[in-house]
Amino acid sequence: MEMLSDEIKSEIQCGTGACPTRRCAILEALEIVQRRHGWVSDERLKAVADFLNLTVEEVDGVATFYNRIFRRPVGRHVILVCDSVSCWIMGFENILVHITKRLGIGFGETTPDGRFTLLPIQCLGACEQAPAIMIDGTLHGDLTPDKIDEILKGYE
Amino acid sequence: MARIYIDNVQYEVPEGQNILSACLSLGFDIPYFCWHPALRSVGSCRMCAVKQFRDENDARGHIVMSCMTPADDGTRISIDDNDVREFRAGVIEWLMINHPHDCPVCDEGGECHLQDMTVMSGHVYRRYRFKKRTYLNQNLGPFINHEMNRCIQCYRCVRFYRDYAGGRDFNVFGINNRIYFGRCNDGTLENEFSGNLVEVCPTGVFTDKTLRKHYARKWDMQTAPSICPHCGLGCNIIVGERYGSLRRILNKYNHDVNGYFLCDRGRFGYEFVDGPSRIRQPLSRHDGDRSDGSLKAVEKKEALDLFKGISMDSARTLGIGSPRATLEANFSLRQLVGAENFCCGMSEHEERLVSSIIDILRNGPTYSPSLRDVEMCDAVLILGEDVTNVAPRMALSLRQSVREKPMEIADSLRIPRWADASVRQAVQDEKGPLFIVSPMGSGLDDIAARTLHIAPDDIARLGFQVAHEIDPDSPPVLDLPDELGRFAAHISAALKSSRRPLIVSGTSCGTLSVIQAAANIAWSLSRTERIAALSYTLPECNTLGLRLIGGLSMTDCFQKVLSGEVDSLIILENDLYRRAEALLVKGVLAKCKHVIVIDHILNRTGKESDLILPAGTFAETTGTLVSSEGRCQRQFSVMPPAGQTQESRIWISDVMAALGKDSAVNYSTIENIASEIAREFPVFKDLTEVSPPVNFRVFGQKIPRQAHRYSGRTAMPANVTVHEPKPPDDPESPLSFSMEGYSGIPPASVTPRFWAPSWNSCQAVNKFQKEIAGVSTGGDSGKRLIEPLTTENGVYFSELPEAFNFDNTKWVVIQSFHIFGSEELSSLGDSVSQRIPNPYIGLNGDDAASLGKDNGCMAQLIIGNVSLKLPVRIIPTLCSGLIALPVGIPGLEGVNLPAMGKIMED
Ligand code: SF4
Ligand code: SF4
Ligand code: FES
Ligand code: FES
Repeated sequence: MEMLSDEIKSEIQCGTGACPTRRCAILEALEIVQRRHGWVSDERLKAVADFLNLTVEEVDGVATFYNRIFRRPVGRHVILVCDSVSCWIMGFENILVHITKRLGIGFGETTPDGRFTLLPIQCLGACEQAPAIMIDGTLHGDLTPDKIDEILKGYE
Repeated sequence: MARIYIDNVQYEVPEGQNILSACLSLGFDIPYFCWHPALRSVGSCRMCAVKQFRDENDARGHIVMSCMTPADDGTRISIDDNDVREFRAGVIEWLMINHPHDCPVCDEGGECHLQDMTVMSGHVYRRYRFKKRTYLNQNLGPFINHEMNRCIQCYRCVRFYRDYAGGRDFNVFGINNRIYFGRCNDGTLENEFSGNLVEVCPTGVFTDKTLRKHYARKWDMQTAPSICPHCGLGCNIIVGERYGSLRRILNKYNHDVNGYFLCDRGRFGYEFVDGPSRIRQPLSRHDGDRSDGSLKAVEKKEALDLFKGISMDSARTLGIGSPRATLEANFSLRQLVGAENFCCGMSEHEERLVSSIIDILRNGPTYSPSLRDVEMCDAVLILGEDVTNVAPRMALSLRQSVREKPMEIADSLRIPRWADASVRQAVQDEKGPLFIVSPMGSGLDDIAARTLHIAPDDIARLGFQVAHEIDPDSPPVLDLPDELGRFAAHISAALKSSRRPLIVSGTSCGTLSVIQAAANIAWSLSRTERIAALSYTLPECNTLGLRLIGGLSMTDCFQKVLSGEVDSLIILENDLYRRAEALLVKGVLAKCKHVIVIDHILNRTGKESDLILPAGTFAETTGTLVSSEGRCQRQFSVMPPAGQTQESRIWISDVMAALGKDSAVNYSTIENIASEIAREFPVFKDLTEVSPPVNFRVFGQKIPRQAHRYSGRTAMPANVTVHEPKPPDDPESPLSFSMEGYSGIPPASVTPRFWAPSWNSCQAVNKFQKEIAGVSTGGDSGKRLIEPLTTENGVYFSELPEAFNFDNTKWVVIQSFHIFGSEELSSLGDSVSQRIPNPYIGLNGDDAASLGKDNGCMAQLIIGNVSLKLPVRIIPTLCSGLIALPVGIPGLEGVNLPAMGKIMED
């Protein structure tokens, strides 16, 4: 099976055209793959490496550095819970416990129905709204357990 | 010089250093991890903290990383200040949090930089009481063991493997407390210098897998300084032994030669010493013909009697020397048989090439650079060599040389060169000009500005034209195709705009005109007021030395046997089947009435001889080798030859005694032989000064090969005797086979190990240098024999070869080289043999297609009388019309290339 469709390849080509070195293109290429497939499998990682004429080590070194390049399958929605200083002061633990209770998953896990994956993140840059979480790129701040139930309903 | 103050005492240090190396040079101990004298500073581990004060009135000071702070004039620091001591103790405590504390089962234990630094920084009590993170380890191939739990995240391994050595199948993964150093998946580390990880990693993550098979602690090994026998570069090594078997090879720092690093062939190629092909007993043929291979063990006395008998029974005996044996052994053989009966033991073709190289170096104005010089060249042209596979360590130096020119960028930004991270940030992928013109791709193609793959004759033609572009007085190539002409102009422009250009060539193409073209270029450059360097790679560890002694050519020698003029051969450490076609060698050996072999391994030549005298390997031999640079260096035995084995030259002197060959010179001592050589050959006039004389003593003491902690001396032979045996004598060197003796810093050439109080790891080398990464205390070992004639311009070569013309039937077969496989001795070791490719016929894709062959198809190649049936290997970079044959790898020896070949129709 062709691991990278022509479409993805050309998208990578456009997205990384301005990169001065092939290494600079890695992150962009991985994001493109992830946007399309949800995560980056070993096979696709290898395909990206081949396409950019790099080694798998070079690509995976970047991929594993960024916690938002997913090297394992994730749910349809990814919840990032901030566990950094401001959110810790403002009690992110209550939020986390609540989500865990609601969804039955801890950090690094995915609900059996494939709906949610729960991951920690360090500071969403929204300290003034702490405690904060992000779901699929949307920020939710000033959270309380009740608010969370409401928010989760919006993601099927 | 800069004046700096350390804990209020004034010191003078050279300008432009960082505080860490300045302090280490002065003899202070500052703990460090991420800094490495060759990899320089990145400031990531925070271990090397010192306190810096603005001026004498600043009482508070502030903590800085000594590796990241310049030691400028007026710098004031404290190493001993309480705050900074506490800071360092804190840093090591963090770094050690996840460390498994498994020193007793760790191969690094006892020579571990982490242990040394932990003790040095006063972290003595572990407070962390929680779960540690753990990792899965990888199988990294036959050379390197992986134990990730011991990692302290100093990043030295990736910086060496990727940034310094150009390896790409290794990296750092993850983030935070999940950082992992390794490959994506299990698999052999492919870089030719991976073995240096063993010394670069300050912990037990990367250790020597070959040592593991017969492990001994550093202090339990008897060690000696030696010279690597596996190529012509003459890297300095430390050889370790216990219980009479060879345990491992470590790098021995030599500022001019190998610096801090070895190649994997040199580090792991030692296993042949205790391998299955080793001969430990004299062998003699009692009856039967030579081909039946029936040799019986005899005692030494009987062997000498047999030798005597053979000598009486021979009308004329020729001695065949060897480029892999020492000067002393070769010269002794020459004395035994007489100069007119001594043959160099190289093929005639090779000998011609080497002679011409020697002439060029001796009679021309260009110098042959040390590896250190190579690193500092700012434009390089490689003519016809696959440096990585022929002279591996030089490839690592060339990798550094392409960083030389872009350093101007860093210099212009006033970034000190030791600030590695900033320099690399400034320089990015910028590289200095390196051009490779060769028959096929090579290991350095990835850093080359341009490569061109053409046939040897065309390489020479291009080279001649480059020289002509630089100096119109050198002969032009009139009918060069436009494309090559433009390329020549491009190369010459780059060379002309450099300050220190380097031309690398050698014997790999087997083409005299390539060697001459390289000389023309170097000579033309030296007429432009540049100091041009000219380096020729040579295949074996003493090729140059042996050729300087000289002798009959192999063809002459064979001719004399076949014509009946000579009826006996004495062959020294040489497998003739590697030198000439099997049929010819077989015929020659069969024609001889007697064949005597002196060697340490049993090869085909040995199997077809009448008498074999078991010699010492490099590990049991004291003697001198001459590197391709022209550097004469001495290797010292690490153990006395066991049982019936003896050094080759001792066999020869015993034979001389048995034959009653009285001579004024006693050939059993190395010094006598050395002064005889010096007397007979002016080029070797400094031979006796290569290393301190045999009677050299420090405070009346010898230099002990055993560490002061060497354990079990009385117990080791307890199964044989409970009395402590007297240590064996070593009348041949200032070194002793014992623990007693001078434990300070001896002259570099007789330094048997790097150890200093508080410095148990290999990084104790800091204490053996006057200045960090500079020359060794008392001067580095080795003497250069050949210096350029500054008064002469070279007389240009003008014999141009014809352009290569491929007519679709007559192929030119050239040799392809493999770091693992092309060299005889290392290939016999267990670990290296796992990396040797299978024999193949290499073809470029189009050529293979035109023959109807695909990768892996069998093809039959005819070269003269030799017919080879081998699988085809497609080599996309190979020049069309050429066939690459990995002659020299096991199973494929003795074809002299280049030669014309024919591929048979199926
Ligand atoms: S593996 Fe060794 S060299 Fe690499 S980061 Fe860890 S401790 Fe440092
Ligand atoms: S480069 Fe040559 S001399 Fe140096 S370690 Fe390797 S094989 Fe030995
Ligand atoms: S600490 Fe949570 S958003 Fe900044
Ligand atoms: S050695 Fe200076 S920070 Fe690591």
